[in-house]
Amino acid sequence: MNMTLEPPPVVSARGVRVAFGAVKALDGVDLDILPGEALGLVGHNGAGKSTIVNVINGGLTPHEGRLAYGGQESVAGGVGSARAGGVRCVFQELSLCPNLTIVENTRLMHRGLTGFGWRKRALALISQTLGDIFPGHRIDCTGTVGDLSIAERQMVEIAINFMTVTEAPRLVILDEPTSSLDAALAEQLMAHVRRFVGAGGSVLLISHILGEILSTSTRIVVMKDGKVVVTKPVAGFTAKSLVEAMGSVIKEKGHAAARAVAGDAPEVINLPASRGSVCGFSARKGEIIGLAGLGGHGQTDTLLSLYRARSSNWWPKRPEDIAFVAGDRSLNGTFPLWSILRNLSIGDLGALSSRFAIDHGREEALGEDWKAKTAIRTPDMHNPILSLSGGNQQKVLFARALSTPAAIVLMDDPMRGVDIGTKQDVYAIIRAEAEAGRTFVWYSTEMDEICLCDRVYVFRDGAIVAELKGEEISEDHVLAASFSGEAA
Amino acid sequence: MNALKPVLSKPWIWSWLAAALTFAATALFTGGSSAFGLSQATLTFAAFSVMVGLGQMLVITLGPGNVDLSVPATITLSGTLALKFMETESSLILPGLLVAIVIGLAVGMANYALIKLLRIPPIIATLSMSFLVQSLAIWSNRGLRIKPPEALATFTTGTVFGVPNIALAGLLLSFVIWWLLERSIYGRWISAIGQSPFAARMAGIPVDGTRFVTYVLCAVLAAICGYLLASFSGGAALNMGTEYLLMSIAVVVIGGCAVAGGNSNVPGIWGASLFMFLVVSMLNTYGFGAGIRLMLTGLIIIAVIVAASRPLNGRK
Amino acid sequence: MKKGLSAKTMRLMIPVVSLVVLLVAVFWLQPRAMSYMGMNLLFNLAVPIALATIAQMVIIAVNDLDLSIGTFVSFAACVTAVYLPTDPLTGILILALAIGAYALMGVIIHLRDLPSIVVTLGMSFVWGGLAVLILPAPGGTAPVWLRALMTAATPVIPFAIIASIVIALVAHLIVMRSTFGVAIRGVGGNARSVARAGWSVLKIKAMAYALSGLFSVLAGMALVGLTTSADANIALRYTLLSIAGVILGGGEFVGGRVSPLGAVVGALTLTLAGSFLSFLRISPDWQIGAQGAVLIIVLGLRLLLSRREA
Repeated sequence: MNMTLEPPPVVSARGVRVAFGAVKALDGVDLDILPGEALGLVGHNGAGKSTIVNVINGGLTPHEGRLAYGGQESVAGGVGSARAGGVRCVFQELSLCPNLTIVENTRLMHRGLTGFGWRKRALALISQTLGDIFPGHRIDCTGTVGDLSIAERQMVEIAINFMTVTEAPRLVILDEPTSSLDAALAEQLMAHVRRFVGAGGSVLLISHILGEILSTSTRIVVMKDGKVVVTKPVAGFTAKSLVEAMGSVIKEKGHAAARAVAGDAPEVINLPASRGSVCGFSARKGEIIGLAGLGGHGQTDTLLSLYRARSSNWWPKRPEDIAFVAGDRSLNGTFPLWSILRNLSIGDLGALSSRFAIDHGREEALGEDWKAKTAIRTPDMHNPILSLSGGNQQKVLFARALSTPAAIVLMDDPMRGVDIGTKQDVYAIIRAEAEAGRTFVWYSTEMDEICLCDRVYVFRDGAIVAELKGEEISEDHVLAASFSGEAA
Repeated sequence: MNALKPVLSKPWIWSWLAAALTFAATALFTGGSSAFGLSQATLTFAAFSVMVGLGQMLVITLGPGNVDLSVPATITLSGTLALKFMETESSLILPGLLVAIVIGLAVGMANYALIKLLRIPPIIATLSMSFLVQSLAIWSNRGLRIKPPEALATFTTGTVFGVPNIALAGLLLSFVIWWLLERSIYGRWISAIGQSPFAARMAGIPVDGTRFVTYVLCAVLAAICGYLLASFSGGAALNMGTEYLLMSIAVVVIGGCAVAGGNSNVPGIWGASLFMFLVVSMLNTYGFGAGIRLMLTGLIIIAVIVAASRPLNGRK
Repeated sequence: MKKGLSAKTMRLMIPVVSLVVLLVAVFWLQPRAMSYMGMNLLFNLAVPIALATIAQMVIIAVNDLDLSIGTFVSFAACVTAVYLPTDPLTGILILALAIGAYALMGVIIHLRDLPSIVVTLGMSFVWGGLAVLILPAPGGTAPVWLRALMTAATPVIPFAIIASIVIALVAHLIVMRSTFGVAIRGVGGNARSVARAGWSVLKIKAMAYALSGLFSVLAGMALVGLTTSADANIALRYTLLSIAGVILGGGEFVGGRVSPLGAVVGALTLTLAGSFLSFLRISPDWQIGAQGAVLIIVLGLRLLLSRREA
């Protein structure tokens, strides 16, 4: 290969290290993204994908290592030099201003849109780009972003980043871009990525949908524990080898021990079928109910309304009724200013108090008890909750719910970002507690967790579209139910 | 040095240091002769700030956007109506206190009703409510300035072993609030809500109930302050509450409570209240005019807040 | 599509309807008010209030709140009445420095991540003190040109109304149409994404505060033009009036959702509410209470309408 003929990489990272406290998020990463390639980036939760994205787009300055855009060493660093290097980034969480119109958001993202009449030019550009990527879309580009659905906002954000104002983007980073798009829109986007790359642009694609990675990327990078472990052209991978490279163990199909819940166990939840649902929602004492389907199709809302119906905003909740385990820890789980112990004991303070005064001795005892039971890794339960790793924080949230006498435990996809060891611990606890008569309602985005459930409701567009029992619970059935009717 | 560390990490220590420094600066200027009188006056006036500050602290603990702007109007209304009710009759002192507390309860409930029913930010709800309460106070205050009952006036201006009674009353209330905050379930609840209302709700905390109680507590504390303040100063005046709007917020912030909510402490309220009064008396002692005094007060408040703050994105 | 349009019009409709209802009530109580002179009297004081409301609105657009506007407008009025007629250069210099101080306030609030309520409350002492220093007792005079401008006898439509319309349009151009305005509202809506797009949030906030300071200075000048003299407490109630005006006009406390046209209409409504009460011969004791009541009623109405919408 003749090196002199090769154009310089759009982005080149050398020996990048980033540490958050004791955690090495990136441990010496070398990464080149060449013009005209779609680089697929895969890895388990916590492998360092988001961190390397933030380093490339300038949002995070590496503690060690060098970064070059288009062969030019980045000296100043920061968002400015990344943008000057033609790097654009579509973030996983939405990053438009909801109070502004699409045109105004376009203006904010493109500083080249200056001068008189920028509104007209922005409108023309964004309409055209949206039409190019998502032909047949029905978005009114003069409207306010806050009025759009989540999928539409995602489409607008993608279009804004692919847009050419004064200069074409050289590298577009797509971090889980299809998380809120349906299959047809996702396919339109992937087709656009292929066109864009064909025309000489570069894309860094992060997705948990391996099909997208395999069908769209030209080269795949696998990360693990803050390091790049494999880099190969896409032809060298199959879905199976990709999963193996990520280091996850291929598990035997769950269900080895499908538990039989007595048919005459009392029902603890029984709701009539909502609009569009094929059946009502019910749960028996001691059952583990799974909520499946694509993310964001009404599972979390179902859990929230179940919880709200059984607890009051005005009176203290009876602790024996219901408990909730959050999935999005920072949004609705942990109390960041508090110690581990306080985060644990808030679940049922009544049991620790006499006449409204908290008995600190009993609180300590509860803490030590659950520290042992769930193996929370900390020297002292009085340490701040944020000193724990994500998985251990999650254990605290489990302990919070399980330390109450609640008959029903709701779980909102709580295993996101949890290491495999913790998962196995928690699965065991859930099984044991269910045997002891607790009911679990478990929303999960991971198929092997769904397979652990006794009964599964599959959700699509906010309604229950299938009920699966025992042997019927399988990836094929869940997927078929999640997608049926959407394939044209 | 290591022995000092746990003390220095307390958020309220700075307000106490500032108060001590200001006290020294003032007492030194007068050659130490006024130290006793100064400390008595300071304790008395600080106690009034403490009473409203405690209530405001509970409200601010509830998290961003929570603040009670109706405190001054409540002070004025309760002072006015309680004195009117007692009509200088010493036998009505306790019922008069009850009247003040009922006024506090009513204002607090109305505040939360507005917040909840109109779904508006507490700032605008308590502001609108304070307009109504202030009007009520103006309307009821017309006519003669009614004196407090003799016994009550004596009590509020008296001392026990050299400590002003008002300061003792403030100490008693502080202890109650300290117990609520540090020892009771309620304290945990407001702190949880202040950190994340959603997480609090999903942990089984009755968010609305707790917030309601907090706004009522704040108004009741303001009403008690109004009752004592009116008795102390020999009658209610329409502007008697005005300075306590800024004061109640300032002592919470200077006292080291997290402005973003979730984390509060009672000792800091005392330190900050002492400091605030001492600053004014220091500037008075130095013989500054009203204009300079106002300016310096403002600048000192801002300086303390800036010094106590952490820079953006700062990690500890 | 239809929904977005009606939500937008709804935002502006409620303040306009409240204004019209009040106006009709005033005309019904006092038919003589329905004239050039009457209208001029009714809306005279609206000009400074509208300017102060716009100043508050700019701060609210970046998710902050300014509790020092009342004292700052008083301070600006004092400077105007004392320096502008005799020593205009010094006067303009002081006012320019004050606007700079506002920008600095924005910088400090942003850099130290301070609550704007507390900082502006502290600043209200500073402005109050400065005003007392400049003008210890009520007095001063209005510059001739300012007096002439504020009392100009415009044909057909009274000056106060023309001025209000001009203020609304200028504010609309700056806040709703210009790139600068987009950046300000963007910071209110999602500061993080504005920063990610390569803007300096610090600069935007500083300029927003400076813009607010400029409008407050204009409010103080307009006030002196009307009253011909000033004192240190002349505009204290503007703090609350301006917040109320922004909210009445459809603005929201967080999220950068503001409406300059609505804010001016809100300011006019509040001005009129005062006159309405005096026409009703209601004791001035209830003036403040009535303003609170109008605020509560309008907010209640807005809730009702938005519920029907949903």
